[in-house]
Amino acid sequence: MTREIAVVAFAQTDHRRSTEESSEVEMLMPVLHEVLDRTGLKTADIGFTCSGSSDYLAGRAFSFTLALDGVGAWPPISESHVEMDGAWALYEAWTKLLTGDADTALVYSYGKCSPGSVRDVLTRQLDPYYVAPLWPDAVALAALQAQALIDAGDTDEPALAAVGARSRADAAANPHAQLAGRVPQGDYVVRPLRTGDCPPIGDGAAAVVLAAGERARELCERPAWIRGIDHRIEAHALGVRDLTDSPSTRLAAEKAGAFEGPVDTAELHAPFSAQEVVLRKALRLGDGVRVNPSGGALAAHPVMAAGLIRIGEAAARIHRGESDRALAHATSGPCLQQNLVAVLEGDPR
Amino acid sequence: MPEVLKAPLVVEFPFTRSLGPVQSAFLTGLRERVVLGVKTGDGRTLVPPVEYDPVTSEEIRDLVEVAATGTVTTWAWNHEPRRGQPLATPFAWVLVRLDGADTALLHALDAPGPDAVRTGMRVRIRWAGERTGAITDIACFEPYDGQPEQPGGHTGEFENPLTGIVTPARLDYTYSPGRAQADYIDALSEQRTVGERCPSCRKVYVPPRGACPTCGVATAEHVEVGPRGTVTTYCIVNIKAKNLDIEVPYVYAHIALDGADLALHARIGGIPYDEVRMGLRVEPVWTQGARYPDHYRPTGEPDADYDTYKELL
Ligand SMILES: [Zn+2]
Repeated sequence: MTREIAVVAFAQTDHRRSTEESSEVEMLMPVLHEVLDRTGLKTADIGFTCSGSSDYLAGRAFSFTLALDGVGAWPPISESHVEMDGAWALYEAWTKLLTGDADTALVYSYGKCSPGSVRDVLTRQLDPYYVAPLWPDAVALAALQAQALIDAGDTDEPALAAVGARSRADAAANPHAQLAGRVPQGDYVVRPLRTGDCPPIGDGAAAVVLAAGERARELCERPAWIRGIDHRIEAHALGVRDLTDSPSTRLAAEKAGAFEGPVDTAELHAPFSAQEVVLRKALRLGDGVRVNPSGGALAAHPVMAAGLIRIGEAAARIHRGESDRALAHATSGPCLQQNLVAVLEGDPR
Repeated sequence: MPEVLKAPLVVEFPFTRSLGPVQSAFLTGLRERVVLGVKTGDGRTLVPPVEYDPVTSEEIRDLVEVAATGTVTTWAWNHEPRRGQPLATPFAWVLVRLDGADTALLHALDAPGPDAVRTGMRVRIRWAGERTGAITDIACFEPYDGQPEQPGGHTGEFENPLTGIVTPARLDYTYSPGRAQADYIDALSEQRTVGERCPSCRKVYVPPRGACPTCGVATAEHVEVGPRGTVTTYCIVNIKAKNLDIEVPYVYAHIALDGADLALHARIGGIPYDEVRMGLRVEPVWTQGARYPDHYRPTGEPDADYDTYKELL
């Protein structure tokens, strides 16, 4: 029998341009304590712990092992790490709970973009033979995708500006957001993308607690049940892909059961305005769906945590009774190369 | 609040990568001004070529030459070139489908401004003067209004094919150690060693990292430890490290400073290497203007009793 697994708690930092006064574990620890406090669990009660981060952001090998100090890893705990966004750590934890090996899981992720230049850092994830030696930065690749969408007639610059404006207007209600309210659209960073089409560069962390079956009901008044979750990847060569579409998102959504019923909320991890256009199309989201009520990645983008935050924000809306069926999406890699989709539901009211 | 400690941190590495047969042919080809693609099972030509069909995952090896002219499939104007990018003057990033290819190659296009670039425009490869067998052997693309060039039918067999490439990578950071470690470093500048006590288990951690790894709670209470300590364990180093001006063999040891519940590590000096032992009592030796002890030397006290440090091994 398949176990039912839910997100029972979510916490995140206030996302800021720089947290240079704190180490990673110092930034992360308050979030870990907050998410555990929400459930009344202690670190020793957690069955499985999984984290996501990238050493390239800090420029130091095995930097994630220091963050473990924050979870009380002695006596030894069952723990794992992915060098990816925390959404993929959540996927691993969900799998672990499905096997029955654990009833609860702590998932956390963090990213400090402030020590380096995240535009340059992200070039190191590209094909090292044909692409990385040219140092095409993350904005440049997103701009190629945006131009492809404009050429295809899927959007134009005013429509892209509206995506950014809507995101930051919604972020005014999100106390954790880095950019909120009216933000100038700004100059071109790499044309056709302007500052307003790009995510703020910032530091932050997030944590989620998962629980299975009855345990979830004990820990949370209205658990956000994960009805399905799936992730898919596309060829890494950009010139092989149709940049105006995201077949991997569509397939992940299909496998996660997203199309089996309507969703009322979608938290999309679209770091660039044009990527929201691609995702809305791939996920067949109509105008009736509330997209990124948190403000999304255009309001706060701690790299490696921004995808987990989408799942956390979607779950929190279910916890608060503001959503009954929500979709959460996370991405990684250039131009939406890898995509994860989760479908979350609250108990019927 | 005290000023945040910061220092530049450069991570630099020349990645040495081996090439498979297809990548070898493609990059060797660039050296010889030949552009090769690879044919997939369904007859498409991929440029740049890969060793496995992205759709079927079949191994593919069938190399075919394509033209040095092509069509822009999308572009983005880069008015502020960054370090390492193909051109130092403003340029367009482009995906170019070369004539004879079914997929597009990422590179730079040298153009006077964004108004001179559009999707669908015709371009041609500008070869680098010196070519080594790298994607940068294509210096960039340039606008081209002539006829499509005819590829020469090269088979991909070369004299002296490349077997590997070296791709240097460098990233620049500003390192800041955070609150706990900054306090530790600040104290060291006054030749003091401070740890932090866990509010829960009462253990004193040196150097402090701001959290108790056992309890998972924040630590904040400063505790001055040392300066003297006890060697808990050690090793004898026989290999000279690059740029390190220390005669081998020397001893590297774990030292439990008095009052600390965690051993830190440092070099032991002032004693022949084969006389260092567990339980040896040591003290720090500071050199003029140093920001941390150069090494630790024996204090002359009797050795510590094993029971006093066995928990710290
Ligand atoms: Zn403790």
